[in-house]
Amino acid sequence: MALHGSYYLPHKATQPILGSIGLFMLLVGFSNYLNGSDLGPTMMWIGVGILAYMMFVWFGSVIRESVAGLYNHQVDVSFRMGMIWFITSEVFFFAAFFGALFYSRILALPWMGGEGSALGVHTHQYLWDTFKNVWPSNGPGHIGGKEGGEFEPMAAWGIPAINTLILLTSGATVTWAHWGMLKDNRKQLIIGLAATVALGFLFVILQGVEYHEAYSEMGLTLGTGIYGSTFFMLTGFHGLHVSIGAIILTVVLLRSIRGHFSSENHFAFEAAAWYWHFVDVVWLGLFIFVYWL
Amino acid sequence: MKKLSALLAVSGLMGVGEVSADYTLNLTEGVTELSRDIHDLHMSIFWICVVIGILVYGMLAYSLVNHRKSKGVIPAQFHENTKLEILWTVIPFLILIGMAIPATKVMIKVYDTSGADMTIKVTGYQWKWKYEYLDEGVSFFSTLDAKSNQARQMNSGVDPTTVENYLLEVDHPLVVPVGKKIRFLFTGGDVIHSWWVPDLGWKKDTIPGFITDAWAKVEKAGTYRGQCTELCGRDHGFMPIVVIAKPEDEYKQWLAEQKGGRTPEEAEAANQDSEALTVASEGAHDQPSDKTSKVTEESADQQFAASSAGASKDDLMSLGQTVYEGHCLSCHQASGEGIDGMFPAIKGSAVANGPVSGHINLILNGKPPLMASFRNVLKPEEIAAVITYQRNALGNSTGDIVQASDVASHQ
Amino acid sequence: MSVTAIHDDHHDHGPTKGFMRWVTTTNHKDIGTLYLVFSLAMFMVGGAMALVIRAELFEPGMQFVDPLFFNSMTTLHALIMVFGAVMPAFAGLANWMIPMMIGSPDMALPRLNNWSFWLLPFAAVMLVSTLFMDGGAAAAGWTLYPPLSLQAGASFPFTIFTIHILGISSIMAAINIIVTILNMRAPGMTLMKMPLFVWTWLITAFLLIAIMPVFAGAVTMLLTDKFFGTSFFNAAGGGDPVLYQHLFWFFGHPEVYVLILPSFGIVSQIIPTFARKPLFGYSSMVYATASIGFLSFVVWAHHQYTVGMPVEGELYFTYATMLIAVPTGVKVFNWMSTMWQGAMTFEAPMLWAIAFVVLFTMGGFTGLMMAISPADLQYHDTYFIVAHFHYVLVSGAVFAIIAAVYYWLPKWTGVMYDERLANLHFWLTTISVNVCFFPQHFLGLAGMPRRIPDYALQFAEFNAWSSVGAFVFGFSQLILCYIVVKSMRGEGEKATDEVWEGASEHGLEWQLPSPAPYHTWEHSPHIH
Ligand code: HEA
Ligand code: HEA
Ligand code: HEC
Ligand code: CUA
Ligand SMILES: [Cu+2]
Repeated sequence: MALHGSYYLPHKATQPILGSIGLFMLLVGFSNYLNGSDLGPTMMWIGVGILAYMMFVWFGSVIRESVAGLYNHQVDVSFRMGMIWFITSEVFFFAAFFGALFYSRILALPWMGGEGSALGVHTHQYLWDTFKNVWPSNGPGHIGGKEGGEFEPMAAWGIPAINTLILLTSGATVTWAHWGMLKDNRKQLIIGLAATVALGFLFVILQGVEYHEAYSEMGLTLGTGIYGSTFFMLTGFHGLHVSIGAIILTVVLLRSIRGHFSSENHFAFEAAAWYWHFVDVVWLGLFIFVYWL
Repeated sequence: MKKLSALLAVSGLMGVGEVSADYTLNLTEGVTELSRDIHDLHMSIFWICVVIGILVYGMLAYSLVNHRKSKGVIPAQFHENTKLEILWTVIPFLILIGMAIPATKVMIKVYDTSGADMTIKVTGYQWKWKYEYLDEGVSFFSTLDAKSNQARQMNSGVDPTTVENYLLEVDHPLVVPVGKKIRFLFTGGDVIHSWWVPDLGWKKDTIPGFITDAWAKVEKAGTYRGQCTELCGRDHGFMPIVVIAKPEDEYKQWLAEQKGGRTPEEAEAANQDSEALTVASEGAHDQPSDKTSKVTEESADQQFAASSAGASKDDLMSLGQTVYEGHCLSCHQASGEGIDGMFPAIKGSAVANGPVSGHINLILNGKPPLMASFRNVLKPEEIAAVITYQRNALGNSTGDIVQASDVASHQ
Repeated sequence: MSVTAIHDDHHDHGPTKGFMRWVTTTNHKDIGTLYLVFSLAMFMVGGAMALVIRAELFEPGMQFVDPLFFNSMTTLHALIMVFGAVMPAFAGLANWMIPMMIGSPDMALPRLNNWSFWLLPFAAVMLVSTLFMDGGAAAAGWTLYPPLSLQAGASFPFTIFTIHILGISSIMAAINIIVTILNMRAPGMTLMKMPLFVWTWLITAFLLIAIMPVFAGAVTMLLTDKFFGTSFFNAAGGGDPVLYQHLFWFFGHPEVYVLILPSFGIVSQIIPTFARKPLFGYSSMVYATASIGFLSFVVWAHHQYTVGMPVEGELYFTYATMLIAVPTGVKVFNWMSTMWQGAMTFEAPMLWAIAFVVLFTMGGFTGLMMAISPADLQYHDTYFIVAHFHYVLVSGAVFAIIAAVYYWLPKWTGVMYDERLANLHFWLTTISVNVCFFPQHFLGLAGMPRRIPDYALQFAEFNAWSSVGAFVFGFSQLILCYIVVKSMRGEGEKATDEVWEGASEHGLEWQLPSPAPYHTWEHSPHIH
């Protein structure tokens, strides 16, 4: 029952300033923690709390307004476009880390190993004459790793392959849930979503297992040269996004159970689904370039 | 007005060089083939821009003068002309191609380091240069000379205008032969620096962990000055470069002095000495034995003394002070009080007042990322001296005396 | 699609009262004002830092500040000017003008809009507070190249997180602007009818969405390299300090076009109004803007000609960079053709717009010279570069912002500014900006490196000139402050709705009353 022909404009937004204060405290606290100050963690957690509260309030108002039918089709389009461009910005965030991976594999390491023109030849000869470039690598200084700089790379065909299957399946279940939504079949919607959420958390748990093994047995840590750096930063940020996506989907699941959506009006669901597909696609990139090749 | 300022600009650049001998307005032509090529390229793109500028600003000025409402003009209403628009897309494009061709030629030449007669490796440190003549086994450090260094301190009381070549003078200039193709290899010891002598025609960054290269064939004997051009920290503005190009025979003579200050056996012995001190990475054959300054002559004497009976405290302290001022002061400050949060004070430092071995260890090995290892930078007797100095001056008074042998035995 | 607006409380047609109005506002005009006021404040802070730099450089020898503090001044000056002064000014103009120009009641996502702004003061506090920390503020230049930037003291994480906050703010603002432009246009306002200011901002917003995350990623790597043992920029671990430079300039180069494209838009609004002629070559202006936007992504390494890239790389980046002169030239020629046979008058906005065209083009020429890689081996990291980018940033971006302020101020406040004072402001600024930055070309060519607190004697004379120019420039801006404050208090002759003779043919905003009411276009305007 959207009001026809009127674009809803909220007034007196108190959430953003809360958000700014929360983010500010979080980051100042984190900085203090990194600088070794005792005050840091407390401040940081207060910041996290404020931020979480802010999101709760913010999304709460949006949900309330949506349920009250204040949003017309045009508002819905704004939200959709907003989400798409937000996801685009996320893509570029990951691109930076993929860029780092490709740069070191295709350019920096080969140069240190003596390939390429004068740059590579001299760099190898005068600075790293015992270094051979083989990927995965923790560099000529064998930074990190076990005693002697040894480490084991993460094999593609163990947990990572299973995780790929999990994420691909979850992409299918969320689409199946969408079909349910479009047919106004609530049961299908709820089952599909619940399966997606479960798969999402399973993924995160398996990744936790993988990390544990890497740290405790393989000599593979964030500090294991460029391989460890790119591996953990890429998979770590991805894992963070999976977790966020799974939490969003959980909220959407709860809202579905409460009957918030209809076959015409379900922006929140679609946004969450798009986000989930984005996370899925990033994972494929990771699987190919980080684990496999 | 606009036209006027454009014209002024043009005539300003045209007046180049000839008008004032004191300072130049334009890029130097330099003393190498590359620098001349680059200068010519610079001039031709400059003139192309001037011509385009005259056309653009001329039309604009005409319009500003004539197409005013106050002159009672009725505004035309045209707002499109496809032919014109194609024209002013294509013509600039062609001009650009005209610029790109010579640029490509020069760039390829810049990169052609093949067939070099000799190789000099340049390492940038905060805030000094290290030069290694790779085929000769000669190497030394080069820092801002003492006079400039004194004058540039805040409120030094020294008027910079009285200092000759203020900020462009070093203690040990790089000496190169005229007419030889020299290949330069660059790397950074701590952060990125950039080695620039305008008369050679280029600058090159020194990237830690990588070697970059460039070449020069100096055509004219003379002294050429430049500076570090990549921000490298506090004293980035104070690490000049001086290159002295000498005719082949004078260069040979200079080189012989560098090596020949000691008899070959002595040099060999000194090399072995330093090899013992040098652990891995950096070239072991490169301990400086450079006799061009009093300081190091003194230190050679010290070394002699040290190897026999041990140097006196006074000698250690005076050498120590020189070393401190040359190598440590920029971070730990003249007073030894450091800079809060960045560089710890030596005054009252737990290291400088604790066990001697810890102190020696720290200077030999450094502490990344900021405190450099001085193992390959200073000789044992210099390290001993500066440690003695730090422990008995700058507000400390442990009374300890450290000898070169203490340092050497500290492996 | 019909555009009318409703509000959650229906009788509210004016702002709430007091301080909380500004904190909680979701009104595009309020937020625009906040951005603009913030920008002016930051312009003064960043400008004061520039004056510290110029004071130290007035004569040879170290007089006022420690070299490390000098480096901090250079670093913060740039960060504050770019992220605190120029970008927020454009965001403020976008907020004020885009809805009015496309016939929309407000921005598409008003709450998000509030947040985009209210992150900025926090970021500013965080950045400026680093000046008082152990080891001083960031001092590695605004480019924050490692390994040097990793040597910072306590300020390091604060600097990094400041950039994260700024990034979040910019991305949200960009999203909002894109959605507003794509989704909120009044019926009949097709894309190819949009005013150029709207077009240039649309493309700018695309750039922001692509580059800010990359910058955030790059500084995140700095953070983990320093605190968590990663090796992105450490050769021993297989990384490369130059990798950071590639990431930075992938952001940094499009960023400089973020700072200039909206200026192009502003000038394209002003020149037709005062030439009393339609803009020449509207569609080629749009295509040129888009080409500049596209090209800006593929030229980044022209900032790294001296790092020892393979020669193929040098040449590729040379060619690609030079290409940008073509679409930029199209713009310059179009502006000139718009003036050609117009009936020009020279009120303040027009004066600034003309100065923009002239001086920006100067900066463009030096940019083109630097694009030629062999020549840049000499120019790089000298004052020639400093001169180049201040011509495009100060007499480019800042001049356009000032032009926009004069142009739209009567619409915002309902009163005309004092034309005589505005003229004084213009001439003082235009002359002093040249006195300040023109001699820097000579300094650079003669061999003066940038980012140095003290210099050799042969550079003394031009540096003295440059410093004098900088101080005159700085104090001339007090006139601007006076004019703006006076207008904001409603003092001055009442402005007509059209404000400028014939302006209503040049944009929807001139069909609204002056001052523009708190809510506009609640019913879509009719567009022919
Ligand atoms: C608003 C900001 C802005 C703008 C618009 C530009 C525009 C351009 N810039 Fe600039 N630039 C900066 C801001 C900007 N720059 C900054 C901040 C830095 C330094 C960063 C740092 O190191 O801290 C920098 C540095 C910089 C460098 C690196 C120099 C170095 O460090 O060694 C280079 C090199 O190629 C360059 C090139 C160009 C070019 C080719 C353009 C072109 O877009 C210009 C095109 C315009 C014209 C050419 C004039 C008009 C055209 C005509 C009239 C048509 C006919 C003309 C011809 C055919 C010649 N810039
Ligand atoms: C949009 C960006 C922008 C703007 C507007 C400016 C504006 C100015 N800049 Fe900036 N500058 C940069 C961007 C900008 N700069 C960048 C990116 C760098 C490179 C940094 C690096 O190397 O890392 C740089 C570096 C830089 C240097 C080189 C420093 C070095 O290499 O060490 C210098 C030196 O002269 C300088 C000077 C100035 C001056 C005099 C102004 C003037 O135009 C400013 C005048 C404005 C004011 C003074 C404020 C307004 C004044 C009042 C309202 C009056 C009341 C207040 C007072 C009198 C204090 N700048
Ligand atoms: C580039 C800057 C720099 C230079 C040059 C430098 N140091 Fe240091 N020094 C540091 C830093 C930074 C530390 C702190 C290291 C840490 O604790 O992480 C330090 C620590 C020390 C300490 C230990 C102080 C303490 O109490 O922790 C001593 C002693 C010392 N340096 C001596 C020297 C000597 C001797 C020289 C010259 C031969 C020298 N330094 C040159 C940066 C420098
Ligand atoms: Cu070394 Cu700058
Ligand atoms: Cu650029």
